Amino acid sequence: MAEFEPTVVAFVCNWCSYAAADKAGGQRLPYPSNVRLVRVMCSGRVDPQFVMDAFREGADGVMVLGCHPGDCHYRNGNMKALRRFRIFETLLAQLGIEPERFRLDWVGAGEAERLQAVTTSFTESVRAMGPLTLTGSVDREVA
Amino acid sequence: MPAKKSSQAPGASHEPRQVAKAPQRTPVKPKIALYWCASCGGCEEAVVDLREKILDVVNQVDIVFWPCALDPKRADVEAMPDGSLAVALINGAIRSSEQEHMVRLLRQKAQLVVAFGACAWTGGIPALANLTSKTAIFKRSYLESPTVVNPQGVVPREEHVEDGHRLELPQLYETVYKLDDVIPVDYYLPGCPPTPELIATALGAIVSGQLPPRGSVLGPDKALCTDCPRNETKPDVFTIKDLKRIHEVQANPDECFLTQGILCMGPATRTGCGHQCINGNMPCTGCFGSVGDGDPAARMIAALGGVLEAEQEDDVRRMAGSLADPAGTFYRYSMSASLLGRQRDSKEVA
Repeated sequence: MAEFEPTVVAFVCNWCSYAAADKAGGQRLPYPSNVRLVRVMCSGRVDPQFVMDAFREGADGVMVLGCHPGDCHYRNGNMKALRRFRIFETLLAQLGIEPERFRLDWVGAGEAERLQAVTTSFTESVRAMGPLTLTGSVDREVA
Repeated sequence: MPAKKSSQAPGASHEPRQVAKAPQRTPVKPKIALYWCASCGGCEEAVVDLREKILDVVNQVDIVFWPCALDPKRADVEAMPDGSLAVALINGAIRSSEQEHMVRLLRQKAQLVVAFGACAWTGGIPALANLTSKTAIFKRSYLESPTVVNPQGVVPREEHVEDGHRLELPQLYETVYKLDDVIPVDYYLPGCPPTPELIATALGAIVSGQLPPRGSVLGPDKALCTDCPRNETKPDVFTIKDLKRIHEVQANPDECFLTQGILCMGPATRTGCGHQCINGNMPCTGCFGSVGDGDPAARMIAALGGVLEAEQEDDVRRMAGSLADPAGTFYRYSMSASLLGRQRDSKEVA
């Protein structure tokens, strides 16, 4: 059987994380092709519903990557993302989705290596968890 | 509402196709049916709460099936021609084979189906059971509950034979479904329960045929906050240092709940309820459903992200951890409609 290839969606902010991905490309730093980048203007623009939709439509893991705290192009959009997604993670656990399938992290515009490291480690951890099955609850017995 | 040709039962028409003359019009009132599924009876109560307005209703429509209040039985519905009901108002979520059977029957007989109330629309309170399993519920209810004495460990079964007599119960599904998981639904009436005013307006629209496009929610699509009587007390910019639950504090009856740090679902919930909870000094719990067609939890989490006062990772985690039951709070009435909730199981519902 072929090795499981996870589908990973990463929402990246225009000003830092996307720039980092761009830089990684320019420097020929490879990162897993499992990662599908979705460029948004700010991590604060990422509605929790986008992440839900991604899981629902087949993502095995979802990342939201923004500017480091204090570096947000819009001053505090990343702080909104931080508050939203820390709450969101507690909800994921109740719905039977391992919170480790979601990661909020910061990658600065110049940090091509960090983007490579973060996406690689996340993809590998999702690969180890296997495909996502939506069960809707923690203790559902499957007949 | 004029009866449409397409609503006649197949083969029911004995007239030649080229008829130009109007169908024989006896002054018949539109027939309506009310039915309940997994619900508490509050929606029936809301119809009764129309009080004297119910006389206006029965002046305009014939209620031909309403198990809560009238005698007609399932066989009477089965005997009706297909499409002969103008509308079926169905409340409650779908959790058993009996409920599924009945709503399919009503769908066949009715020209319009209205999901009446939060349970039929998005699962309601019964759908919180989707956070656990049927086995766990049976275990708790029939074996472990402190008030239960059941030494033989008897739990309900679908089939039982006693002295050669075979008894059957409907199958209880693993999952609580919303109505439109099972049958096509034309309109949705929000609320737990819908208010008498909303019911009267909806019935008036149905009788006069002045209905919005199919699939609409028969209520305003604005946040509760927009016309909340406490809206004026909310500063344009505010932050919440600590999230509190209503029982932990003495709520100020004249101030926005959120600015007091009390979790209120107002920003993410439709208005139209008449602010009954707010006026009773209780925060909104979200029974009128999500504004727009978004996921209710996503809407509220997005709103909270903008107002919590925490910048440090530790503070944010502490605050997120202080929410006792996020799923039960954000999906109080809508677990069946969660984007990440139980998926429809085709082994259960066809």
